[in-house]
Amino acid sequence: MSDAAQPIKYFEKRERAYPKRIWGRYRKLKWVAMIVTLGIYYLAPFLRWDRGAHAPDQAILIDMSSQRGYFFFIEIWPQEVYYLTGILVLAAVALFFVTSLAGRVWCGYTCPQTVWTDLFVWVERIIQGDRVKRMKLAKGPWSLEKIWKFALTHSLWIVIGMLTGGAWVFYFNDAPTLLEQIIHFEVPWSVGGWIVALTFSTYLMAGFAREQVCMYMCPYSRFQSAMFDKETMVIGYDEDRGEPRGRHKKGDTWDGRGDCVDCTLCVQVCPVGIDIRDGLQMECIACGLCVDACNQIMEKVERPAGLIRYDTTHNREARLSGKPEITHVMRPRTFWYMAVLVVVGGVMLYGLLNRSASELHVLHDRNPLYVTLSDGTIRNGYDIRILNKTHNDILFTLTVDGVQNAQMRIQAAGNPDPSALLVYADSVAHYRVFVSAPKPSAARSNLTFTAASANGEIIETYSGLFLSAGR
Amino acid sequence: MSKIEKDDHTGVETTGHEWDGIKELNNPAPRWWLGVFVITVIWSIGYWVVYPAWPTLSGDGERGGTTGNTGWTQYSQLAESQAEIMARRAAYLDRFDAATFEVIQADSGLYAFALAGGASAFKDNCATCHGTGGAGASGYPNLNDDDWLWGGTVGAIEETIKFGIRASHDETRFSEMPAFADIFAEDEISDIADYVLNFSANTGFPARGKTLYDEQCSLCHADNGTGDRFQGAPNLSDAIWFYGSKKGEIEAQIRKPKHGVMPYWNVRLSDSTIRQLAIYVHSLGGGETE
Repeated sequence: MSDAAQPIKYFEKRERAYPKRIWGRYRKLKWVAMIVTLGIYYLAPFLRWDRGAHAPDQAILIDMSSQRGYFFFIEIWPQEVYYLTGILVLAAVALFFVTSLAGRVWCGYTCPQTVWTDLFVWVERIIQGDRVKRMKLAKGPWSLEKIWKFALTHSLWIVIGMLTGGAWVFYFNDAPTLLEQIIHFEVPWSVGGWIVALTFSTYLMAGFAREQVCMYMCPYSRFQSAMFDKETMVIGYDEDRGEPRGRHKKGDTWDGRGDCVDCTLCVQVCPVGIDIRDGLQMECIACGLCVDACNQIMEKVERPAGLIRYDTTHNREARLSGKPEITHVMRPRTFWYMAVLVVVGGVMLYGLLNRSASELHVLHDRNPLYVTLSDGTIRNGYDIRILNKTHNDILFTLTVDGVQNAQMRIQAAGNPDPSALLVYADSVAHYRVFVSAPKPSAARSNLTFTAASANGEIIETYSGLFLSAGR
Repeated sequence: MSKIEKDDHTGVETTGHEWDGIKELNNPAPRWWLGVFVITVIWSIGYWVVYPAWPTLSGDGERGGTTGNTGWTQYSQLAESQAEIMARRAAYLDRFDAATFEVIQADSGLYAFALAGGASAFKDNCATCHGTGGAGASGYPNLNDDDWLWGGTVGAIEETIKFGIRASHDETRFSEMPAFADIFAEDEISDIADYVLNFSANTGFPARGKTLYDEQCSLCHADNGTGDRFQGAPNLSDAIWFYGSKKGEIEAQIRKPKHGVMPYWNVRLSDSTIRQLAIYVHSLGGGETE
């Protein structure tokens, strides 16, 4: 217990970061990543993909009301949502793989939180000026200048937010039609709600919360360091070369001191507001802006670039012990991630290539399990569904096999003929089916329903039970 | 009051409550929390104005409370949504009421409408005795099979539902089998039961059984035991038994017959619902054509 009763600080008060403008290799990469990712996000819903007359021609579409998901040549029904699970598994393992190789590059370049925050900071800088001006403006009293600059910044943020939410809903509706509706303010309540909600969340997350999302909300960022090993590329300050740091005047000797001139530019450009020279930190999203900043200074003071750089712990140890610096891409960790990627990807590919064009589902009646008729024969009832996932109407013949002298009847309006059941394109046909047979000797016998298309291309079978005793 | 104790670490006074050496600090509630609390209190005043809120002593207003200026209540909301459903149903109902059973059974839209309405009405009103699947129980007919006491056409089923069996309606279906315990001796009843069983099981019978049956039973149940639907006399020659197929059960039924009662549903259910029910029961598998 210290004498001066200093209250313990349980929470560090957040210092807002005002990242300074920087130019360099990684900044360039970040702009490219932003253009590519936002380009995909905003333009993808407008891609067309011809699926024939009775299906939507939008390449990427999740149609909630008619329960279909479309992705270019892939089309899934709700019960095939495991493809989505597969994609999520692939995405997660791919993230682990990339992280174990190159650290948190997903966070630094392509994560939506980073991309939109970057965009918001850019807007902030265009309107309010660079770091020092922004800090001064934020600290200063409310003046006319501050009011209009803040108002304009926030208005632009909200506009970007609206575009974000506005683009999201295109993935769930026909984009050109919806665009027309949005322009005329004739959107359904649900669509409007999503636009408003996503406008608000974008404004909040990219305008205010920023790096706090990564630090307190994102689970990935917290456990990504678990994927690190000694050969993972991480951004680091080379303290063997940089220390002891200190101011350096042009013409002074570099002997007996480190290369770091303590200019703090690496701190000023950092979007999460940390000092990378303190070592690898949880907040670091590996965006590389401090690398750009330091390289710029090193060039100016005529020292070699790379005082701050992407490097591995293994390399540092190798340097210190005079061994060659080697980074292995293939390590047990990366091997297993790749193996999982190949296996999951292979299973999904196999599933997609062998996706059935139709399905036959049979549900045996539970109440009653069977009915004894007046002449002693036994009747079983079934709910049968024939799924036609193709875009053509198909004529099916439904037959039953396995129980001797079984008679089949479809209970429906107009008494349809089981040998000519027309199942419309992209739909499910439902039939109430009665199978009657002289009482078999066994209490339960196996029977097989077969739905075959008239052209013989599709044959779906379903093995079920025919019950004649018990309850 | 004891002396106010201050916590060493934070300088905040304690409440004096202590658990296992941990003392509770007397921190004020967070400002934002207090603010939200005040806002909810103010917000609630708006509710009093807009929505039903306070009970009134006089019991005025809908259900004895203040009505908000919007006039909204859950009761009126329920009535509105029910009216909406009825309006949507009306489009089908008009066509349904105008159509004959033959037309409905040939029209997939009307047929689906009838089955949906019938299935729901069946579970509300009929399942208590006949079971949710219509499979019945001893003394309660199985509606899935093709054996009908009073007829299995849609029309006959409709009439049964409408007026019931042995019910208190003037037009109810009615029949009563006499109790033969006073007329026949026990061994005679045994012989008749043997003869009745012989219709379906071909197990042989004493000649007296046939004689007595022809004299006393054939009037309703017919010479060959096929029964008579006009009188609701069960078919004794098929595989389906209402009160059991064992000889003892048949003898008991001859001695002192049990008679089931089905209530009449006319007026209690609308004509449309009864027609829907008739079509639903007919669709369970044993329905007969006219």
